[in-house]
Amino acid sequence: MSRIERRFELLRTEGRSALLTFITAGDPDYDTSLAVIKALPEAGADIIEIGMPFTDPMADGPAIQLAAQRALKGGQTLVRTLDLVRELREQDDDTPVILMGYYNPIYIYGVDRFLADAKEAGVDGFIVVDLPPEEDGELCLPALRAGLSFVRLATPTTDDARLPSVLANTSGFVYYVSITGVTGTAVPDFDAVAASVARIKRHTDLPVVVGFGVRSGDHAAAIARGADGVVVGSAVVDALRNSLDAEGRATENTVPAVSALVRELAEGVRSVSKDT
Amino acid sequence: MSNKPNSYTTGPDEHGHFGIFGGRFVAETLMPLILSLEKAYEEAKADPDYAAAIASQQKHYIGRPSPLYYAERLTEEVRAKAPEGQGAKIYLKREELNHTGSHKVNNVLGQILLALRMGKKRIIAETGAGQHGVATATLCARFGLQCVVYMGAVDVARQMPNVVRMQLLGAEVRPVQSGARTLKDAMNEALRDWVTNVADTFYCIGTVAGPHPYPAMVRDFQSVIGREVREQAQTLEGKLPDSLVACIGGGSNAMGLFHPFLDDASVEIFGVEAAGHGLHSGAHAASIAGGRPGVLHGNRTYLLMDGDGQIAEAHSISAGLDYPGIGPEHSWLHETGRVTYLSATDTEALASFQQLSRLEGIIPALESAHALARAVDLAAERPRDHVMVVNLSGRGDKDIDQVSELLAASKKEGAGA
Repeated sequence: MSRIERRFELLRTEGRSALLTFITAGDPDYDTSLAVIKALPEAGADIIEIGMPFTDPMADGPAIQLAAQRALKGGQTLVRTLDLVRELREQDDDTPVILMGYYNPIYIYGVDRFLADAKEAGVDGFIVVDLPPEEDGELCLPALRAGLSFVRLATPTTDDARLPSVLANTSGFVYYVSITGVTGTAVPDFDAVAASVARIKRHTDLPVVVGFGVRSGDHAAAIARGADGVVVGSAVVDALRNSLDAEGRATENTVPAVSALVRELAEGVRSVSKDT
Repeated sequence: MSNKPNSYTTGPDEHGHFGIFGGRFVAETLMPLILSLEKAYEEAKADPDYAAAIASQQKHYIGRPSPLYYAERLTEEVRAKAPEGQGAKIYLKREELNHTGSHKVNNVLGQILLALRMGKKRIIAETGAGQHGVATATLCARFGLQCVVYMGAVDVARQMPNVVRMQLLGAEVRPVQSGARTLKDAMNEALRDWVTNVADTFYCIGTVAGPHPYPAMVRDFQSVIGREVREQAQTLEGKLPDSLVACIGGGSNAMGLFHPFLDDASVEIFGVEAAGHGLHSGAHAASIAGGRPGVLHGNRTYLLMDGDGQIAEAHSISAGLDYPGIGPEHSWLHETGRVTYLSATDTEALASFQQLSRLEGIIPALESAHALARAVDLAAERPRDHVMVVNLSGRGDKDIDQVSELLAASKKEGAGA
């Protein structure tokens, strides 16, 4: 059983949904981001998504765009992102880690080498925004062969006719994008999201998590009623950003600020108990 | 690479690939939109009414066909400096005479008529020099559609006349402040708009790049350039041209000129990238000369980037060439060896800009001046009965302020030295 499967299995026995938190690797520098990530499980994150910074994040709103810029300015590279995971694994061998980003840095690193290095570092899966099912030969199928998960995004534009092809090679869980739009720019319609999650669940037995636009513990609780997990990205990244000094450097408040928000989100998720 | 295809004109395959290049590297939200666009375009291509509507607007609204003009004095100047008996006959394909002043309108017309067929009421576009934005704003005015144009804040500043034009035409110009604030960032922002407004919005991409079917579709719309040249050269010279030269940013004017000639082995074909301050300066926009294959904006193609796959900022004197990538079909034509890709620096383009103005009474766009800069060199190395066609993709009025500043600065520098 993979770390992801074990985690969802555990949560089912606890009768609750998962909290997935996103943080950009190297934002605003390597050491700070390592400290932030190491504090996430303790604060209540069940699964950690680590953003691989890219110069041209076409699917992201301003918060995550700026986080990527800060990280790149701080010298973050894909090699250093794998280092982060490796260092996290020294203290935590249970929390699943998903790398999230865009294809070009992986393509340039070399797909086979990347998969081998990621697996060795302790990565569990990938979400690569610009690789739809039509491009499965690039990374999705090689990742599955290497024993790593490839998590697919389903969106409000993914209709019933298309859903089977989106779900075909997805593994670990399915990530439902709650809005049409970029990350962190709109609050989803919770009823519509619940209906969509139910629709996806008719097509798959995999856990379905929901992200894009979740900002508070209340949002998280609203989503957790129908979904197996709640992803929070821009709000966490904003909490980090708001803790930086005028020059964009980390302060002693950076790790506590992120942890505080994650604790609030975790309370929201845990306030909803689910029948098993 | 040595695997020569039987034909260079059958691509892309059903997945949108030209060799390893092209593809559909987009977010899932956009994937259904791209598939429906592909379907709508295939249906339109089979509909004689669609072709007739394009032909009618080309003739009566755009002013096609554009002339193929023998640049006599430019040819004479080349011959005066060339070795004895050398100096090709240089023709200019006058795309700058199109309504809106560049080749961009050819593509926009096709896409806007397609948007109307699809019932889309809101058009978005990215623009660099502003020529594609102006063409889009123009056709949106013509057909009563809402128009939003994304333009890098740096380009807004250096191409102000086109910004004013777009606003007069009723378009909303949104300056883009993210990234390097040029064409690449404008395209990112347009994609973010499209992913947000999926129901009513048509994304009118300005060049032969982006996810399939855009590279093939935009090429098809621009191929009117090459088809006209074939006929016009037959009429004027009784033969096909011996060579073709065009500038390359994304590469739509070049693709439009080249495509109808790709299977004519006798025709030499040259694309000219922007070498900015020079290929070794690090400040250029020559994706083929200085880049390598990667994935950006929906397709795999040659891109400027660092060793970690982060996209580099391009530089060119010309906002229209200031893009760190190139259309995927060009990448394939480069790797197959069918087209030779050269480059011209800012300084060379500026010199050609002045040369053509002085000799022919035609002020070329700085983009097109890159093609002219290499064309005069190539012409000097070819015999006098060699017929060369240079795509004069746009007019230079938009560049006058920038050029006068550059010339004043270089004069000052010269005086100080």
